Amino acid sequence: MTPANLGHHALLLAWSVSLALGLLPLWAAQRSVPSGMKLARPLALVQSLLIFTSFACLLWSLGVNDFSVAYVAAHSNSTLPLYYRLAAAWGGHEGSLLLWVFILQLWTSLLVWRSPHWPADTLARVLAVLGLISFGFVSFILFTSDPFQLLAEPVSDGADLNPLLQDAGMIFHPPMLYMGYVGFAITFALAIAALLGPEPDRSWAAWARPWALAAWAFLTGGILLGSFWAYYELGWGGWWFWDAVENASFMPWLVGTALIHSLTATAQREVFKSWSVLLCIVAFSLSLLGTFLVRSGVVTSVHAFASDPARGQFILALLVIVVGGSLSLYAWRAPAWRERQGFSWFSREAALLINNLFLLVAAGSVLLGTLYPLAVEALDMGRISVGPPYFEAVFVPLMLPLLVLLGLGPMLVWKQADKPSVKRRGAQAAAISFLLTLGAALATQSSPLMTLGLLTGIWMLVCTAQLVARQVLGTTTPLSSPKRWTMRAAPRAFWGMVLAHTGMALFVMSVTLLKGLEHSQDQVLKVGNNVQLGAYQFQLTQVEPVAGPNYRAAQARVEVSRHGQVEALLFPQRRLYTVRNMPMTEAAIDRSLLRDLYVSLGEPGPDGQWAMRLQVKPFMSWIWLSCLAMACGGALAATDRRAAKPASSRAQASLQDAQGASITSSTAAA
Amino acid sequence: MMMTRHALPLACFVTLAGLLGTQLGKAPPPLPSALLNHPAPSFTAPQLDRTKAVFTPQTMQGQVWLLNVWASWCASCREEHPLLLDIQQRHGIAIVGLSYEDEAQQGASWLDAQGNPYTSTPQDPDGRIGMELGVYGVPETFVVDKQGRIRMRHAGPLTPEAWQQTILPLIKELAHG
Repeated sequence: MTPANLGHHALLLAWSVSLALGLLPLWAAQRSVPSGMKLARPLALVQSLLIFTSFACLLWSLGVNDFSVAYVAAHSNSTLPLYYRLAAAWGGHEGSLLLWVFILQLWTSLLVWRSPHWPADTLARVLAVLGLISFGFVSFILFTSDPFQLLAEPVSDGADLNPLLQDAGMIFHPPMLYMGYVGFAITFALAIAALLGPEPDRSWAAWARPWALAAWAFLTGGILLGSFWAYYELGWGGWWFWDAVENASFMPWLVGTALIHSLTATAQREVFKSWSVLLCIVAFSLSLLGTFLVRSGVVTSVHAFASDPARGQFILALLVIVVGGSLSLYAWRAPAWRERQGFSWFSREAALLINNLFLLVAAGSVLLGTLYPLAVEALDMGRISVGPPYFEAVFVPLMLPLLVLLGLGPMLVWKQADKPSVKRRGAQAAAISFLLTLGAALATQSSPLMTLGLLTGIWMLVCTAQLVARQVLGTTTPLSSPKRWTMRAAPRAFWGMVLAHTGMALFVMSVTLLKGLEHSQDQVLKVGNNVQLGAYQFQLTQVEPVAGPNYRAAQARVEVSRHGQVEALLFPQRRLYTVRNMPMTEAAIDRSLLRDLYVSLGEPGPDGQWAMRLQVKPFMSWIWLSCLAMACGGALAATDRRAAKPASSRAQASLQDAQGASITSSTAAA
Repeated sequence: MMMTRHALPLACFVTLAGLLGTQLGKAPPPLPSALLNHPAPSFTAPQLDRTKAVFTPQTMQGQVWLLNVWASWCASCREEHPLLLDIQQRHGIAIVGLSYEDEAQQGASWLDAQGNPYTSTPQDPDGRIGMELGVYGVPETFVVDKQGRIRMRHAGPLTPEAWQQTILPLIKELAHG
């Protein structure tokens, strides 16, 4: 039995197991049959093991260059290094769908391992929903996109991986992004469990919160890696393009951000119950949409489906069943839920509500911009495309109030905030921010728009610093005690928030400084020529041919000096990948905390001339660092154990209901 | 009232799904040309090869020909180039290569390096001819019939499938008709 054969059979088995997992425990939970609910865990584990096997078989086929497998022949090549051959597992449509299911199993097994204190009925429903999702995707793979399909006539060598994907960033970006997308399946399953079972309460939100945070952190990291990759690999120095594929990952991020904030309110104060449940559904729906946009390109090239309409119809059917089904369930069940807690308009609840409103409208505007071209075409009004100007004009003004609120919100307490105290703190923070902005604006000679950006960033930074100061100085532990400075003084969730909010502040500031101070110039240069760009002088000193494992290249040597001192040597390349005969530019970047020097080599001209793009990008690294801080903040908050514990007695009550009266107090405590 | 509020997300989704559905159902046609079945715009342009006379579409009357829009700066043109060479050699079909927004010198040396499948190479340095043709991007290929009317437009690099399944049959039909 070849690995491909084994992989295919494991997938078939997993398909039937996932159907059993999707139906049996769900039926048992609705009928309160404890023995049936107990089946959920073992079934989930068997299903996961089968998918793990299947995915390992695909990696194996790629590793040993089994070109009798169509997928391997289409996406790999024997001259590729081993790590790229393995990464080719997610270089194509079929493989990346299998990766999606593989990651769903990672989350499922993590859930089985981490959720022992959940009531049996909730766990059974959640695992069953995950099983159904898995069933849907495995069906899609088996019926339309089988990565283990064999070629009628094996070929001697493969067609190679797209050179754009032959990069370290591409090894890590898709799995990281999918960890984020698929992570929202857990909160989605919890939402369905709440719609099918008892009304959600504080403990429901407390269970959902760490999963939402973990998925959000992965998604942030995934988007960061994708943007980082686009920055150095696409070769012209851009890092965010507002294209359909990026928007597809950005929309679940915005809704996920709304979700983690709304879940906090639900977990603490039992408000926004039905709203949180709705956000769980929307976040996952957008993740699904994102997966399909990225993989199949409904928007970017509608033509992708024309070649295989079965895939498009299957995807649409899957979307309709998952999203339509869950929203119908929501429309039916959620009206019966009652909000029991009130709050004033000057409270943290209200601030979080406004936060959610802005995030949702922002996500909606991105969705509109992404799908509008499709709508125009559907209505036979011709073809248009919506570009960065739309997004910048709509998105930035929407974000501005939200960012101001980011500083203000944490100052407010739950239910009813004390107006004089908030006024005092706000005025203090505002005064400091204005002073600092004035200094920064004078130092950088910034334009009014840039000053506004700086002010927003500094305001968030000052407010967050004030929050930390109050937390550290406000506790009763003496200042000399080392305990005072450990994270024990406040829950991890607090430090997670501080880190993420600081990241957001730094992000806004670095984007503002970058946009305001960057230099870029396209030049045709001969060896020996100079170009002056800001304080930097670029000199092309040499161009020579070099050879790589599967490409040939021309490599330029560019000396960058500042005030007569050589500061960096850059070696951009113009590569020709020989198997696909595909030219690529490999930019050279000199990074430091204060600026990136970015040189890309274009087409050769006559008489030894070379087209080059030279760029100085101030504070570029801070964009990556600040996103990293946001992702780490999310991860830190996700690991806050206190937040995940059941807060009310309902958890234990229903646990007893489910497992019968024989339950002992020691199991309940565990 | 409560019920309608909670059903709102569902209503939004149904609209969206309907939208996607209509798009999938009709397998959208490749970018149609506004000039379809209309005479190709007339123009007069010097050629890359200076030894040849200026080019105008009228000289092609009486034969079925391909108008290929290309540029030396365009990566996908390089991708489709071997296919164009093959078409020219195997079928002897006249291919006119419109050198779009390009430097004459760079275009000429590009053709020297890649091989020249074109019978004529009119220049369009400022993209005006391209604008009249309604060119979205490079490369693009038009099929022009014996009477000088545009019968088909292919956006993006030519693929062997598109050539075998649609373009070649069309050319054969037009040549007989």
